[in-house]
Amino acid sequence: MAAGQANRLPEGGRIDRSRPLRFSFNGKSYAGYAGDTLASALLANGVSLVGRSFKLRRPRGIVGGGAEEPNAVMQLGEGAAARPNLLATQVELEPGLAARGTRGWPSTRFDIGAALDGFGRILGAGFYYKTFKYPRAWWKLYEHVIRRAAGFGKAPDSPDPDRYEHRNAHCDVLVAGGGPAGLMAALMAARAGARVILADDDVEFGGSLLVGGDAIDGIPAMDWVARVVAELRQMPDCRLLSRGTVFGYHDHNFLTIAQRCVRESDIAAQDQARRPVAERLWRVRAKRVVLAQGAFERPLVFCNNDRPGVMLATAVSGYIRRHAVLPGRRAVVFTNNDSAYRTAIDLAGAGAEVAAIVDSRPGGAGAIEQRVKELGIPVLPGHVVSDVSGRRRVRGAGIARWTGEPWSTVEITLRIDCDLVAVSGGFSPAVHLHSQAGGKLEWSESQLCFLPAEARQSHDSAGAGNGRQSTGDCLADGLRAGTAATVELGLSRPEIEIPATEEVPAAPIEALWRVPAVKDADRCPKQFIDFQNDATVADIRLAVREGYRNVEHVKRYTALGFGTDQGKLGNINGMAILADALGKPIPEVGTTTFRPAYTPVRFGTVAGESVGELYDPVRKTALHEWHEAAGAPMEAVGQWHRPWYFPRGGEDLHAAVARECLAVRNSVGIMDASTLGKIDVRGPDAVNFLERVYTHNVGRMKPGRCAYGILLGEDGMVMDDGVMARLAEDRFYLTTTTGGAAHVLDWLEKWLQTEWPELEVYLTSLTEQFSTLAVAGPNSRKLLEKLGCDIPLDRESFPFMHVRTATLAGIPVSLFRVGFSGELAFEINIGSQFALDLWRKLMDAGREFDITPYGTETMHVLRAEKGFVIVGHDTDGSVTPVDLGMNWLLSREKDFLGKRSLARPDCLREDRKQLVGLLSRDGCTVIPEGAQLIERTGQATPVPMCGHVTSSYPSASLGHPIALALVTGGRGRKGETLFAASPGREPTAVEIVSPAFYDPGGERQHV
Amino acid sequence: MLLIECPWCGPRAETEFSHGGEAGITRPANPDALSDAEWADYLFYRSNPRGAHRELWNHARGCRRWFVVERDTVTNRIAGSFRLDEALPVPASAAGKQAEQGD
Ligand SMILES: [Zn+2]
Repeated sequence: MAAGQANRLPEGGRIDRSRPLRFSFNGKSYAGYAGDTLASALLANGVSLVGRSFKLRRPRGIVGGGAEEPNAVMQLGEGAAARPNLLATQVELEPGLAARGTRGWPSTRFDIGAALDGFGRILGAGFYYKTFKYPRAWWKLYEHVIRRAAGFGKAPDSPDPDRYEHRNAHCDVLVAGGGPAGLMAALMAARAGARVILADDDVEFGGSLLVGGDAIDGIPAMDWVARVVAELRQMPDCRLLSRGTVFGYHDHNFLTIAQRCVRESDIAAQDQARRPVAERLWRVRAKRVVLAQGAFERPLVFCNNDRPGVMLATAVSGYIRRHAVLPGRRAVVFTNNDSAYRTAIDLAGAGAEVAAIVDSRPGGAGAIEQRVKELGIPVLPGHVVSDVSGRRRVRGAGIARWTGEPWSTVEITLRIDCDLVAVSGGFSPAVHLHSQAGGKLEWSESQLCFLPAEARQSHDSAGAGNGRQSTGDCLADGLRAGTAATVELGLSRPEIEIPATEEVPAAPIEALWRVPAVKDADRCPKQFIDFQNDATVADIRLAVREGYRNVEHVKRYTALGFGTDQGKLGNINGMAILADALGKPIPEVGTTTFRPAYTPVRFGTVAGESVGELYDPVRKTALHEWHEAAGAPMEAVGQWHRPWYFPRGGEDLHAAVARECLAVRNSVGIMDASTLGKIDVRGPDAVNFLERVYTHNVGRMKPGRCAYGILLGEDGMVMDDGVMARLAEDRFYLTTTTGGAAHVLDWLEKWLQTEWPELEVYLTSLTEQFSTLAVAGPNSRKLLEKLGCDIPLDRESFPFMHVRTATLAGIPVSLFRVGFSGELAFEINIGSQFALDLWRKLMDAGREFDITPYGTETMHVLRAEKGFVIVGHDTDGSVTPVDLGMNWLLSREKDFLGKRSLARPDCLREDRKQLVGLLSRDGCTVIPEGAQLIERTGQATPVPMCGHVTSSYPSASLGHPIALALVTGGRGRKGETLFAASPGREPTAVEIVSPAFYDPGGERQHV
Repeated sequence: MLLIECPWCGPRAETEFSHGGEAGITRPANPDALSDAEWADYLFYRSNPRGAHRELWNHARGCRRWFVVERDTVTNRIAGSFRLDEALPVPASAAGKQAEQGD
């Protein structure tokens, strides 16, 4: 036996005594066994203090045995491998595991905040709202203090080294929970031939049978479990997921399961790709779901009920029977139902002294009471534990007579020395998933709990989660649910008998929500409801006194149920006490909303493989490698990576862009414009269709003609723009913005399919199939001629805004005499497989003109010099073509999408924001993009704003900075002065000018 | 995550689709003839019902066809999927009313 485990029983339990191991907690080394949880190992070592409470800094110990645990919240590991917010009750013990308590800073044993306990009265309900309210400037500090004091652990300080994966699965029946009910349901469905997934959050299947349970079918309960699991395992269509928590029940029977796959100690590989998957997210679509997740035991609400050593009765049984750990030597059992009598028997069997069973019910328990009395355990019916003594550990219990009056005061009639108080306030079915699925809940007055009622999706609840209490009832209910599933699926159902169990008739539970104390509820020692948030009976009463009536409001005011445990332990007690304080029946107060996740899920699990390179697809043009080789920094434009600029010899962005701009203005530049959206439109009704969606007169375009076109939403706002070309009578070629390509195609399809199905038009995306090489500058024609073009390129044969098919350097291309720079320019459309070859030929041939590749930044500057807008950059979805000064594009002869909206009163306002150019008065200041424009400086706040800057660049061609802006009534205000204001800068005086800064007559592109 | 039946491809996960708003909104034949209020009604106003709702969905990551889905906005239950060129049945809610009147 490993040394130091003073509370370890000499035999029994499901631990592996042949595998002792060491672990550490708060820096101190301890011994445990494989098969322990961190919680059971700590209890075995007599560690009763695991943290301090959130608000009052009270010492806290382990209360529960599973997902309901409020106090033993741990941090495992350090640095990148740090994992905060884990429950000791759910962490499998492993060699070398290093845990720290996250609740209680700076240390669990000594805590400066503990002094706060004495000031409990001023830290009542709503204390965050009242205390941390003024002054506003201190809010950040307050938050910092609260977070630190709250101690939710530390996030990892570098990327998570663990690997995660997502898997999709389909099944006929998903069974959530592998206890007696879940196993029977799965067995029934599997034998009927259904595809079954059985998931359980524990390491082993068995559920409540792991911690209790007598014989089933004449063999020990866990032997029966092993038999069923073995049968399920050998069935080909049955998938068993242990360590798998069903944490989300979404629409249409879509459920999510987080499955822990390998243990910390198995993770060795440093190489990311070779590391085993640490956690797997199952995304399951199930035809039918059986929810068998069991029930949570409720604590009882008496004075100082949070002292270490006050534990849930079933948790005590679990530690004894499953982990061979005896959490106390002298115990008091306090209950309002029969279940805790089993814990008394377990305690006595493990050698503890059970000083008394304190049972609030005057008549005591059912048949089990006799068994307890045979063991010599005294029973005090009609009594309650009103208070416990001890600070770091329970030392004794104060017993009082129970009058049935929760708000009365009582006298302590008996004091019993003890180091453990095992409590049971009844059971709350784990209705979380049922509720997430939209199912209704129904209050059971006989069982004192919310039971799952009408289901909204195809699911069913079974076992303790459906209010069944005995093992026999759970087995029967599981079989019923499994049978219902097979009937629902239309499968023939096999004959299965309900396994035989010994039934002990039980006496009913009694309502015991608030236990009376020696003083009234507002003056007595604290009676805790929510241990994580230190919400007490007095807090709820205060909230009611201050006028709160709705349970959702009381929750927020008292923070009841707002911890990481989401109130699994305290919510029902809280609602019952609230109902009592309001003088309403519990179902009228109602329950709060359950939302995913059922238990905390790691971010890594949610992200799965979608991290790093796989986070988002990257789209690269056919010329991407050339750009990279040329040393161009990349700019992300949606998923595309585009070259931003091409620095030469140590140039920065500013210098490179200035050089690139001048090259285009003075000789020739070349840009990869392949990311432009390209859509082929053809069919006998193509013209008719495009007339309806574009604002200009499409029908007047002759084949070979290009036009600049804009697309409006039906609200009249500019949605996208681009050059469109008529290639033939029945065939057009559209370009869209890089970011708008997919949306425009979908949108065009929508109109075609939903509104005008009578039009015969076919849309095809060509964005990836064709590359676009933009050659711009006064020498661009010479360059193409030098390369060898089979058509004449002179102004008369091939005028501006026309398209021709041609061969260039022997390669078939489409040539567009269009551009975005205002220079003589050609856009070469070429099959993507030839693009790199042609680009290289252009670069070679262009050497004599010092051909200059340029990136997105230069493209932006060149177009801004011309006053050309970029949709989505200079516009924001509230800008009409009229605002942009594009009235010339709006046909008067036809209807088009959005046209009617342009006549709406709001679009006709004179004071709409309109596109203008801005020049800094000092001729040198580059105004920040996004700067707000104001009429004058020195105004009182809030200062009225009259526009904002949308684009702003230094311009090498012009020798001074330029900006585009949207200004209220701006077109009529040329020559006026405004001020551009942005945080941390002196406002800049700017003059309103025409947005066409460079070559306003457009002569240069017509040559 | 909804399970949506594409009339062409069969049942697929919601992530393959995009939503297109209420179905059955017909673009007016002559917008110029409408008052501002009438145009606004077409442009902005939707029924937003609690219960049965006919809406457009696009199998964006599949066959790219638009179709109509009748979905209950409270329960998300889907009553059916319909091609745009097929006659839609009487909605569940309206059918109930008719039956009541018939009785
Ligand atoms: Zn489809």
